[in-house]
Amino acid sequence: MATDTQLDLWEVFIQSKSGLPYIHSGSVHASDVKMAMQNARDIYTRRGEGTSIWVVPAKHISASNPDDNDMLFDPSNDKIYRHPTFYVMPEGAKNI
Amino acid sequence: MTTKDATYNYAIRLGDNALILGHRLSELCSKGPILEEDLALTNVALDMIGRAQALLKYAAELEGKGHTEDDIAYRRAEINYHNHLLIEQPNGDFAHTIARQLYLSVFEYLFFTELEKSKDATLAAIASKTIKEVKYHMQHAIDWSLRLGDGTAESHKRMQKGLNDLWMYTGELFEMDVLDTYLLHQHIAVDTIALKAKWQSEIEKILREATLTLPEDTYMQTGSKKGIHTENLGHILSEMQYLQRAYPDAKW
Amino acid sequence: MHNEHSDTHFQSRIDNGEHIEAKDYMPEGYRKHLIRQMSQHAHSEVIGMQPEGNWITRAPSLRAKQILLAKIQDEGGHGLYLYSAVETLGVSRAELIEQLQTGKAKYSSIFNYPALNWADIGAIGWLVDGAAIVNQVSLQRTSYGPYSRAMVRICKEESFHQRQGYEIMTTMMRGTKDQQAMAQDAMNRWWWPALMMFGPHDSDSPRSGDAVKWKIKRETNDELRQKFIDKTIPQAELIGLTIPDKNFKLDEKTGHYTLSPINWEEFHRVVAGHGPCNKQRLDHHIKYHQEGAWVREAAEAYKVKTAKKELVTA
Ligand SMILES: [Fe+2]
Ligand SMILES: [Fe+2]
Ligand SMILES: [Fe+2]
Repeated sequence: MATDTQLDLWEVFIQSKSGLPYIHSGSVHASDVKMAMQNARDIYTRRGEGTSIWVVPAKHISASNPDDNDMLFDPSNDKIYRHPTFYVMPEGAKNI
Repeated sequence: MTTKDATYNYAIRLGDNALILGHRLSELCSKGPILEEDLALTNVALDMIGRAQALLKYAAELEGKGHTEDDIAYRRAEINYHNHLLIEQPNGDFAHTIARQLYLSVFEYLFFTELEKSKDATLAAIASKTIKEVKYHMQHAIDWSLRLGDGTAESHKRMQKGLNDLWMYTGELFEMDVLDTYLLHQHIAVDTIALKAKWQSEIEKILREATLTLPEDTYMQTGSKKGIHTENLGHILSEMQYLQRAYPDAKW
Repeated sequence: MHNEHSDTHFQSRIDNGEHIEAKDYMPEGYRKHLIRQMSQHAHSEVIGMQPEGNWITRAPSLRAKQILLAKIQDEGGHGLYLYSAVETLGVSRAELIEQLQTGKAKYSSIFNYPALNWADIGAIGWLVDGAAIVNQVSLQRTSYGPYSRAMVRICKEESFHQRQGYEIMTTMMRGTKDQQAMAQDAMNRWWWPALMMFGPHDSDSPRSGDAVKWKIKRETNDELRQKFIDKTIPQAELIGLTIPDKNFKLDEKTGHYTLSPINWEEFHRVVAGHGPCNKQRLDHHIKYHQEGAWVREAAEAYKVKTAKKELVTA
């Protein structure tokens, strides 16, 4: 039993319409890239969900460590000048 | 023979191929070597049943007796089914299934590419939809042929056996009878004799890459155009037709 | 400074309605509960392919055959989404399958009942998927992110499952005497097992407490069961099916239906392995898993070989 293989884990990203971002849809198991691509197509685009597919071996994806969230994400909280709503426009100014 | 009658029979032949292969592949549901492959084979089966529906519906129209595609799919006697013998062969192990898929999908790809040029607009339209599906079936069969042929010693052995066992049913794919020739002259049917060399060289190329060998020439079984099948078809039909036969008045 | 690895901090995130992701801190009990619940759910989807699969080759029309095949394919897909969600917790699919096959992990007992006539396909879609969806809609808001995302996807796909089942039941109830008898027979056999799908009463369900506290489960067994009963009985009556319960009645005050007591002895017997199909279902799974081993090995071997070839030619 311990020797059983369920092949490698791949992550699947689907673009639902051209121009839109690729969004993580889920995973598939496959032994090679062709199989991963076909499996992704058979599993995640059965209802016309996609126009384009990316498959990536799961082992090549690195995720940020939640313990670093303070360091990574909090510092941007006070940089309100990065948002357009920070700026005061004179009344009557349009399309700016 | 009128063109209409002949086209009816032609549509039945093509429809039966899709119907019976759809049946065979759907037998594999929940039996795949890995869950992903289960879904992949189901997709092929669904393409087949969809194709059968389109072709048998067209046959029903040509027949003009008010039958539906289901009447045609479910209510005929065995001798009136005309799918290739290759198609009704049992699934066997996965290698056997892939060998059948390989022989057939390469054939179908060549066949429907020609049928797309048919003067019969309905057949041509069905063909152009089918080509897209078949391309995918063929890619799936080729990829697995490579993996199994060039995988382990066991998979190689099984794949070669599947190819060898089914070889005697491949000759029939290229047969032309009176009906085919009649429709060919009217630019409706495909000249399958002309596809044979191309098919064989394609298969040979794939097998070589998969470290497999083309089976040796043998006597080629035949019969489906006359409705003479292997013993397998009767069992498929008794299962498939069960409800329609047991409750002839029921609507489903 | 708060301790991100404390159970109190975890609980406050849950109480805030936050989702927990794979790498986030979680109490061991939460992790264990998730693995158990999600894998059981995944196994149920996969084993559930069998009773319906029993009728694919006998489906009475091409339309019915396509619908059924597509539906069963969806269930396989659901199993796959859920296995992937469990894998985020560091348990491989191979391990999960081993747990299923050795009996360490369970699957929904409903699939230990046989699909005996074509109306069973209707009853399974209408009642079994109908019961499942009540649970699954609720689980879309479950606190574990990967589980919640899988459930959102599943619920989208599920929406046709119950309808196709009810359509079959409706067609058969409008059909011949034989068809009506088949439909009622299926109703009689699936009704009670479908109600058992929600699990024991809240008062007898030991783990429910934690699962609700952690928002893995958003509603209790009895709440979900009552929802299902209330929406299903009128559907049955509409097409002329009889509820196989002499004592069911609508409580005018509460607007809820009340039923005879559920036969929990049967439930526990089937869970313990003595349902009509327990052995058959597992044997089937093991058989095809084992028969597929050489295929998976071949795929692995081919991968290694082609990787080597690429190295040489590179
Ligand atoms: Fe389900
Ligand atoms: Fe499902
Ligand atoms: Fe479902």
